[in-house]
Amino acid sequence: MQVFTRNRSVPIFIGLLTLFTIGVTVMSEAYGAGLISVSFTKVLGMTLCLCLAALAMDLVWGYCGILSLGHFAFFGVGGYVIGMWLMTARTEAVVRANLEAAVIPPTQAEVSDATALQIFSVVGAEGWPWMWAASGSLFLTLLLIVLVPGALALVFGWLAFRSRVTGVYLSILTQAFTLALSLYLFQNDTGLRGNNGLSGLQNIPGADRFGQDQISVWFFWASALALGLSYVAAAWVVSGKFGSIVRGIRDDEQRVRFLGYRVEVFKLFVFTLTGILCGIAGALYYPQAGIINPDEIAPIASIYLAVWVAIGGRGRLYGAVIGAALVSLLSTYFTGGRAPDVNLGLFTIEWVDWWPVLLGLGFVLVTLFAPKGLGGLVDLLDRKKQS
Amino acid sequence: MPQRVHAQDDLQALLQDNAEMVADPSRRTVQEVLDILSESGLAMVPQFLSRWEAREVYQRDSDGVFVYVEDADADPLTLIDISTGAALGTATSREVTQLRPNGGVRRVISGALVQFQVAAEDPLQRATALDAIENRPDASHLPLLRARLEAETDPQLQDRLAIILPRLVITFAQDEAERIAAIQSLAGNVSLGARATLNPLLATELEVHAETPEGANIAEILTPGSGELSVDAAYQMLVDEGLAPALIPGSDRLAVLSANVVDGRVGGLPTATLDTEANRDQAYAALVAEGLAEPAPTAADIAASLAAYQFIEIYREPDQNITDAANEALGETEFNVGVFRFFDLSLDGISLASIYFLAAIGLAITFGVMGVINMAHGEFIMMGAYTGYVVQTAVSNYTLSIAIAIPLAFAVTFAAGVLMERSVIRWLYHRPLETLLATFGISIALQQIVRQIFGTQARPLTPPDWLAGSVVVNDVLAISSIRIGIFLLGVVFFLLLWGILNRTRLGLEVRAVTQNPRMAASMGINPDRINMLTFGLGSGIAGIAGVAIGLFSQVVPDMGSGYIVQSFMTVVVGGVGNVFGTLVGATMIGSLQKAIEWLNPSNTLAAQTYMILFVILFIQFRPRGIIALKGRAAGD
Repeated sequence: MQVFTRNRSVPIFIGLLTLFTIGVTVMSEAYGAGLISVSFTKVLGMTLCLCLAALAMDLVWGYCGILSLGHFAFFGVGGYVIGMWLMTARTEAVVRANLEAAVIPPTQAEVSDATALQIFSVVGAEGWPWMWAASGSLFLTLLLIVLVPGALALVFGWLAFRSRVTGVYLSILTQAFTLALSLYLFQNDTGLRGNNGLSGLQNIPGADRFGQDQISVWFFWASALALGLSYVAAAWVVSGKFGSIVRGIRDDEQRVRFLGYRVEVFKLFVFTLTGILCGIAGALYYPQAGIINPDEIAPIASIYLAVWVAIGGRGRLYGAVIGAALVSLLSTYFTGGRAPDVNLGLFTIEWVDWWPVLLGLGFVLVTLFAPKGLGGLVDLLDRKKQS
Repeated sequence: MPQRVHAQDDLQALLQDNAEMVADPSRRTVQEVLDILSESGLAMVPQFLSRWEAREVYQRDSDGVFVYVEDADADPLTLIDISTGAALGTATSREVTQLRPNGGVRRVISGALVQFQVAAEDPLQRATALDAIENRPDASHLPLLRARLEAETDPQLQDRLAIILPRLVITFAQDEAERIAAIQSLAGNVSLGARATLNPLLATELEVHAETPEGANIAEILTPGSGELSVDAAYQMLVDEGLAPALIPGSDRLAVLSANVVDGRVGGLPTATLDTEANRDQAYAALVAEGLAEPAPTAADIAASLAAYQFIEIYREPDQNITDAANEALGETEFNVGVFRFFDLSLDGISLASIYFLAAIGLAITFGVMGVINMAHGEFIMMGAYTGYVVQTAVSNYTLSIAIAIPLAFAVTFAAGVLMERSVIRWLYHRPLETLLATFGISIALQQIVRQIFGTQARPLTPPDWLAGSVVVNDVLAISSIRIGIFLLGVVFFLLLWGILNRTRLGLEVRAVTQNPRMAASMGINPDRINMLTFGLGSGIAGIAGVAIGLFSQVVPDMGSGYIVQSFMTVVVGGVGNVFGTLVGATMIGSLQKAIEWLNPSNTLAAQTYMILFVILFIQFRPRGIIALKGRAAGD
């Protein structure tokens, strides 16, 4: 409980998140007044997942000083892991339904073959790739959601920190890492369906009886829960002695090393932990998005993650959440065609087209004029109170 | 016989003697006429034959004289004497009959024509004759070509003869030694023609035999289950030959089982239990026992059948000496092909390296020298390419438009770079990681603005003709001119930048500001001005690279993002802070990627993936790149 007292933002954040969750539930179609559509519930749930990824990014960059431009790769990997299970289960159900009419019941091997055919014929492959070995088991899948991004982050981080790659070089290396992963996934013969990606992920096996309206709310709850728990965990990590060391590494790595701390171990811990958090966020995000493909892992996605954190304010956990929520919701608003066009007489600004320009210039302005991000506004409030 | 003597020196008279066979030839009779014509040795014969074949010879109905016409569409037709080429007056199309030899006859004629064409004065005609021989080789061509080989002076035709003649010898000569000599003459020749001549000699057929056949020219005895012959395929061969009973595929067995369901039971088992292979086998066996189904061979049956027969690859060519010689010759050829492939691959690697170098060299200055992470670097490349496109829409001469586009692209991106440095970058020199965020914002804004102006579809940037072709060394090795051009551009850039940085006042000041801006300032250098110029220079070079890259790849708004990560890696691998390092980095990355592509040629994505993984590992061992420097950039 020390976390709640030491980090004032934790009770406030948990309180707001609870209120928000209750509010959305009350207004949802399945459990309330129906003021929020199913698709918007999903958008909100997905936004919470992005906030979780941004929170992880803030830990690794804002607190530990590692500007990783590859954290969205872990997000995507988490999505792929859950996607394999969802797609297998869903396709198998369809295949079984198709084979039901036969006089003689199908063997297990026949069902498995037909499922594999259905999933992989699009890339011209037959049979199950080795990567899908765990896709039949929910338990293994849940385990792998943590293990695969964790292992990737551990190996990459170990390689990078061991040789003391820092600063800009590390950023470029992480960017190369995510590019390599995305190029790898783009290939048809890796067994992850190339650029087709995995689809139909919104169909949750065993939940056929419930409509998407209910499922969307469940995932929203799950996302809120994951974000809330991660926030508390992150607050615990950054407060206390451990947090001081981590921030010390950010501010002067050499000095912390001279004090006798094994800097590499701390960095590796934070890097791996945040990789896992991103993986969990991805595993919750893609069942709501319904589809995942290698484009999601492209380097640009990870840069966006960093930008959200920068806009919200580095080195403060709520900053990351604010930045991610704000930018992704604004993006949805402006690119969804709901924003009214601005008529300038000679020229009409259509936001679908001009939003990226505005967003880009926004990054520049925030970087130049608000290096502390929007979270810096909170400092101003604080100062006023004190004075 | 005075007439005969007369006939021998006048083509018309000669033709009149055989008028009927000329006017209405059959495949059989035409040979007779052709023999007479060739024996006559008249100079006009080849021309006559080619025009006869082309259906350009007419016969005047009134006196049966054979003529050419000046223009087949004119009316009346102007007739021309066959022997002298003089005008013979005119005739309406009703007064003459066009000779229309049928396809078979024309082929015989063109065959006869070849002997004249092969020795014709005009090399073009000789080439046509060689085409004809290549398409329809005939034993009669053999002596013709033999005679020609010594007389031929045109080197290109000599090369072709050197391949066609052996082919004819191999196909038509009777003497084994002569054929082997012909095969050996092609050894090591990498041209497609030579390989196409030798390869059919080694064509094999896979046959099933109970015993090793006597006297057959055996290439290889295959074991079922080895790489070349799967067990399934081998057994299927036995089935096809009627040597073994057919397998019952699972689907057929299922159909038989389904067809024999009685009261929910098949072969004594309830259908619901038939969801395992074992139960299905049992039910099927029961059906076989009742005589309701064909017996299916068991695994033991299959093994026994396979063991009883040999699977032998037999050469179609019965003579073993010939196949041995062909194998040896092809072995030599393959070695040479391998050598040329290696050259080809190396050149590919160099040209890819040149592209990476061009894309990265601007970054080597802005990132390497100044330490600014310019995520909009790719967009400067894109702006250069679009400048080239715009110039090309205005100037239709491609050579001229490229000549205008290169300095213009430099000017445009130099200005854009300076603008960006003045408005954004200079406030962030103390926060290098944040230049990344700001320039990323500029990058997405620029991309979208270009998308608004030019649309999303690819715009063409067409190279001039002299850059569009390729330099062909042989059938294996060819280099496209554009890649040579880009290589030369890369060399020029390298020398230019190296010169600027190491041999000019500006270069000295840039290096001074890079290493210690304060001290440089106290020595009277204006760091602001130097930073601005350096950034402009790096951006301008990206613009020129954009023109070059646009010439061979698509000009689209997001083309820059395809090069940005690669460019950063090139700079980092090479060693930040110097132009030479970028050259080394680009060479390493480019050739490495081509080498990996060679291992798995169908998959360039995999090559890129492995290349990046290699770079990540490489950084482990040289975190500061191949050529590490000291300075502001290297210090963080």
